[in-house]
Amino acid sequence: MRLAIAAGLALATLAVAAAGHAAEAEKPKAQSWTFDGVFGMFDRQQLQRGLKVYTTVCAACHGLRHVYYRNLVDLGLTPSQAKEVAATKEVDEIGDDGQPKKRKADLKDRFVSPFPNLQAAAASNNGKAPPDLSLIVKAREGGADYLHALLTGYAEPPKDWKDEEGKPKKLEGAQQYNKYFPGNVIVMVAPLAAEGQVEYGKDDPKATIDQMARDVSAFLAWASEPKMEERKRTGIKVILFLLLFTGVFFVIYRRIWKNVH
Amino acid sequence: MASPMQPAPQPRWMRWVEQRLPIFSFAQHFSEYPTPKNLNYFWNFGSLAGITLVIMIVTGIVLAMHYTPHVDHAFDSVERIMRDVNHGWLLRYMHSNGAAMFFIAVFIHLFRGLYYGSYKAPREIVWWMGVTILLLMMATAFMGYVLPWGQMSYWAAKVITNLFSAIPLVGEDITNWLWGGFAVDNPTLNRFFSLHYLLPFVIVGVVVVHIWSLHTVKSGNPLGIDIKSPKDTIPFHPYYTVKDTFTLGVFLIIWAAFVFFAPNYMGHPDNYIPADPLVTPPHIVPEWYFLPFYAILRATPDIFFINAKLAGVIAMFGSILLLFFLPWLDSSKVRSANYRPAYRVAFWLLVVDCIVLGFCGANPPEGAWLVISRIATAWYFFHFLILVPIIARTETPKPLPFSISEPAVKPAAARA
Repeated sequence: MRLAIAAGLALATLAVAAAGHAAEAEKPKAQSWTFDGVFGMFDRQQLQRGLKVYTTVCAACHGLRHVYYRNLVDLGLTPSQAKEVAATKEVDEIGDDGQPKKRKADLKDRFVSPFPNLQAAAASNNGKAPPDLSLIVKAREGGADYLHALLTGYAEPPKDWKDEEGKPKKLEGAQQYNKYFPGNVIVMVAPLAAEGQVEYGKDDPKATIDQMARDVSAFLAWASEPKMEERKRTGIKVILFLLLFTGVFFVIYRRIWKNVH
Repeated sequence: MASPMQPAPQPRWMRWVEQRLPIFSFAQHFSEYPTPKNLNYFWNFGSLAGITLVIMIVTGIVLAMHYTPHVDHAFDSVERIMRDVNHGWLLRYMHSNGAAMFFIAVFIHLFRGLYYGSYKAPREIVWWMGVTILLLMMATAFMGYVLPWGQMSYWAAKVITNLFSAIPLVGEDITNWLWGGFAVDNPTLNRFFSLHYLLPFVIVGVVVVHIWSLHTVKSGNPLGIDIKSPKDTIPFHPYYTVKDTFTLGVFLIIWAAFVFFAPNYMGHPDNYIPADPLVTPPHIVPEWYFLPFYAILRATPDIFFINAKLAGVIAMFGSILLLFFLPWLDSSKVRSANYRPAYRVAFWLLVVDCIVLGFCGANPPEGAWLVISRIATAWYFFHFLILVPIIARTETPKPLPFSISEPAVKPAAARA
């Protein structure tokens, strides 16, 4: 009974942790991902398609600098395939003569960001630098569900769209309406605009906007947390061991205490 | 070492060491420590907190081998730990979720103390050491959260360090001194790293004194009555070592559930965005274990000549500092709330109040939430400063059992 109260108190304090994540836009619908749940794993074909979507569509504006080209081996690419992906970009270095020069990116390099610095990124994008996507799934409430919703959530603003003071609202300049972006106004043009925008293989599902959104969201979930599968695998072993350990010690506890009182 | 401890004929080498440094009789003291035999599971949280402290120090020291405390590199170094350091992700998640588990254990341990009168004579110093540990934990956790230099790290540092500017006359200067500059920046991060590494060892020292003073007066028990004879007690080992190991298992399972399957549940997504002094997060919130205090901080309006900010700071620190005075605020000679019907009600109201304050802290101090925050804050101070002293002086407690070994002849009837 007291253990229940103690557990209840602990749970109540944890419930507080979940409170207070405010959102003004629509909440993203929960999707089912292959990596959901205790036994969830990434689908490597999906991750490779997502990589293609990233390099074709997103890399023009968004960096991925916490990922190294060598990490692509995790997706099932061979080292030479990963090197090919790297070789499409260039990296600065200093030559033996002390002069700056460029070389092709290699496995050891980070993903090359499209802009040399924040100011260039902002200047090319209506004053706001497009965020690096390495951690985007962990950095947004709703994670991969939110990403997928955002990418498929572009729409015409509602006819009765009003601001906080009740005055009718209209899109200005480069603004776009998105159902899921906080505040509903986003400056990024819908990146996935046409079916087949990214070329998928013969054996892949059709490259619909929804499919491409799904694939790139899964890829970015991997990019945010490449160790997820190892984490869950280890977790199962650890918790099974702990259950055994706790069970054994419960029995020992009862035995030792049998004659007390 | 089984109990009873080895009598006179010890191995020679042990006697040699013992003569020079009495570690064996020291260990024997802990093994044989006479503990009341009626302790319930709420008494397990002290050891859970202690073990959590050790795990936090071990994971923290290894993390510190890979972390760079510079504003340009901190965030990246944490990502390097997550991606490239062997089992870095495990260390990091154990450490971040461990902080939460540490506070869960300590809050339950504290509320156990409130319910069973563990702060009453002769355990006042045990209690003071405990409150000191809580304060040190809060400072440590606050500084630790700044280290990854995410958005929440930076803005939490900014909000909380700015509070010191509320101190009249010297506030501004103190704050600049703390910052190492005129804003939260690299000197601030660097010194937070230094202090975050230091304070846990200060906590260890206070824990030693905490246990030392406890062992001097012996442990309390759910009945709240003194140990009358050895019949009331059992040796700590093997009885409580095995019970503590069992509850450690349960505790680790909960901890592991978070680390391996919901490692970011208790965190805030904004902390995965690198710190940007030019972009304020829509809602600045601390980790859940600070939410009740955050609510108190933001609840106060201007009070006479004290501005709202200063009033909030005073109220927030006051909410913890008043705990030092509890042995005198609550002057009832009866320790356990099991025998104090009025205090029991007040206790549970306080629990609800603290949980409500937690929810308040998670929401902006506007509209209905502000009203609730103010009521809940007022109730918190009313509980300790008015209600508890009045109850202590006017309550009719239930008759206490004779001893731990022989509780009241008809315990069921005594409660009727």
